[in-house]
Amino acid sequence: MEALRSKARELLAGKTVQVVIGYGPGSGGGARAVFIREAAQADILVFDGTCQQNLAVYLMKPEVRKLGKAALVATPPALRTILQLAAENQLTDAALLVLAVSPSGNEVVPLATFAALEAHVAALDHGLGAADKAELETYAALSLERRRQFWEEQFSRCLKCYACRAACPLCYCTRCTVECNQPQWIPVPAHDLGNLEWNVMRAMHLAGRCVDCGDCSRACPVGIPLHLLNRKLIGAVFADFDFRSGMAAKADNAMSTFKPNDPEDFIR
Amino acid sequence: METDTRSIDREALAQLFLQWQSGGKRIVAPKRINGKTDFARVASLDEVSLDRVQTVQSPKSAVFPRVEELFSFLSRDGKVEIRERDLAALPGTVLFGLRPCDAAAFASLAAIFTWDSPDSLFSARLANTVVVGVSCPRADEYCFCTSVGGGPGAVTGSDILLTETGSGVFLAEIVSEKGRQAVHGADGLFGPAAGMDKEGHLAKVEAAFAKERIGPALASLFDDAAFWEEQSRRCLGCGACAYVCPTCACFDIQDEGGASGKRLRCWDSCGFGLFTLHTSGHNPRPLQSQRWRQRLMHKFAYMPERQRVLGCVGCGRCSRACPVDMNILEHVRAIAEAKP
Repeated sequence: MEALRSKARELLAGKTVQVVIGYGPGSGGGARAVFIREAAQADILVFDGTCQQNLAVYLMKPEVRKLGKAALVATPPALRTILQLAAENQLTDAALLVLAVSPSGNEVVPLATFAALEAHVAALDHGLGAADKAELETYAALSLERRRQFWEEQFSRCLKCYACRAACPLCYCTRCTVECNQPQWIPVPAHDLGNLEWNVMRAMHLAGRCVDCGDCSRACPVGIPLHLLNRKLIGAVFADFDFRSGMAAKADNAMSTFKPNDPEDFIR
Repeated sequence: METDTRSIDREALAQLFLQWQSGGKRIVAPKRINGKTDFARVASLDEVSLDRVQTVQSPKSAVFPRVEELFSFLSRDGKVEIRERDLAALPGTVLFGLRPCDAAAFASLAAIFTWDSPDSLFSARLANTVVVGVSCPRADEYCFCTSVGGGPGAVTGSDILLTETGSGVFLAEIVSEKGRQAVHGADGLFGPAAGMDKEGHLAKVEAAFAKERIGPALASLFDDAAFWEEQSRRCLGCGACAYVCPTCACFDIQDEGGASGKRLRCWDSCGFGLFTLHTSGHNPRPLQSQRWRQRLMHKFAYMPERQRVLGCVGCGRCSRACPVDMNILEHVRAIAEAKP
């Protein structure tokens, strides 16, 4: 923790960055996002297992962007988010200093360029843990009919509060499809059809882009396991296109790139 | 009416559930669903879960559903026929096991829905709902009912308030005429309350701020943009706080079905950027800090001014539900303590 605090102090005192986006103490013994702008405040930074929010979500917020150059305390999914945002032309090199923190919080690796970030991310393990793998396999083993029932039950509780969208760093559209009403693509009401279309549309828009940070599920007040949809699609995109999002700062979008040698012939 | 105080045990309460159900009422109560506790229709007392401090959502959907058909319309031969809702067909409901803060919230909702012209659907649903509260044996760090005029054993808003004074034994305070009607013909299920004391069985919730201070403090902070930016920087602008709130009453109107269809009332939130966006493209609240300010102003300044009731009952749900830990108690304290 001291390594992180002293790095933040150094960056702010030397005016290398104007703000350090990190974790500070929150309610209920948890952590919350903090925006540190003075070296003297760096002592409130913490890093432990409760620091799960993907802080890269703040890189797209005008309220945070206007603070100036930022250093971002990044967990592995946040590192990949930054590369994915770069690949989607949302971030430029040198506009950001990434602070990759080891799980213990004792080691801080500053990554000043996308190239350094790519090298760091390439060395990480991106496989699912045993519990996550088992959860996904249990879900994937359901018959199509049982899966439909599963989501009908889950989505029946969706409030359309859009916490999933707000928490997602890759849901950065200033005007979401659900807010277009000429024509109305997605029904606004939180009824069965509206909820199904909303959640399926969101999952599809994240296919080939989602880095599996899990913040959508963590944000959902009623506990809908949205990450299952994303993980299923991550697996499908990897199997079909040999593509993993958030690994490179220059990458084509898996779902909107046509290659002449595409093995599918329906598109030709 | 004068409060009628009795005792009832768990077995008799289960019988009372049956009596309510055979009288045609649905019972909505806290229930464990997907690892969370939330209000849902229950078949029996056994399905009710009272071991959590609070449910995720408030019970407001019993009177203000997240999607409600206001009327349907049928366009034929150049004429439009409007079909109003049949208010008599709305379900009779016993809302069981809600906390005193939630019971108190109906006054805030009613103040909004009956402010100028009474909302017939809301009013009919409320008139058809019996509120059976259960006092709080425990509170958590997010609770602050005592700072906003409530308390863990407060009867306000309940028709009947139960307090568990021993394992499976409840003190029953029958507070209103509606409560008396709900136990009519069930005298045999109750016993005397002699010697029962509820005070020792209630959570301790310390007052955290002086509520009289908030309105004037907000008035002097209104133009302090830096204060609101500092307060709201991590807010992501979702609607979780508003949707779990027992008093948030904003809604959006949607028509479905083209020339013949339904007009629907749907929950909405002042935290959304789209909430105040004008057709012209102008948005009077373009920043999240302004939207956060609006949320606090509405609850702690505008409602007390206009409706003579606070728009917050201190249930702490918004804080618990917030994905980024916007803890409203901290924010209200910061307002109370801000130097004018």
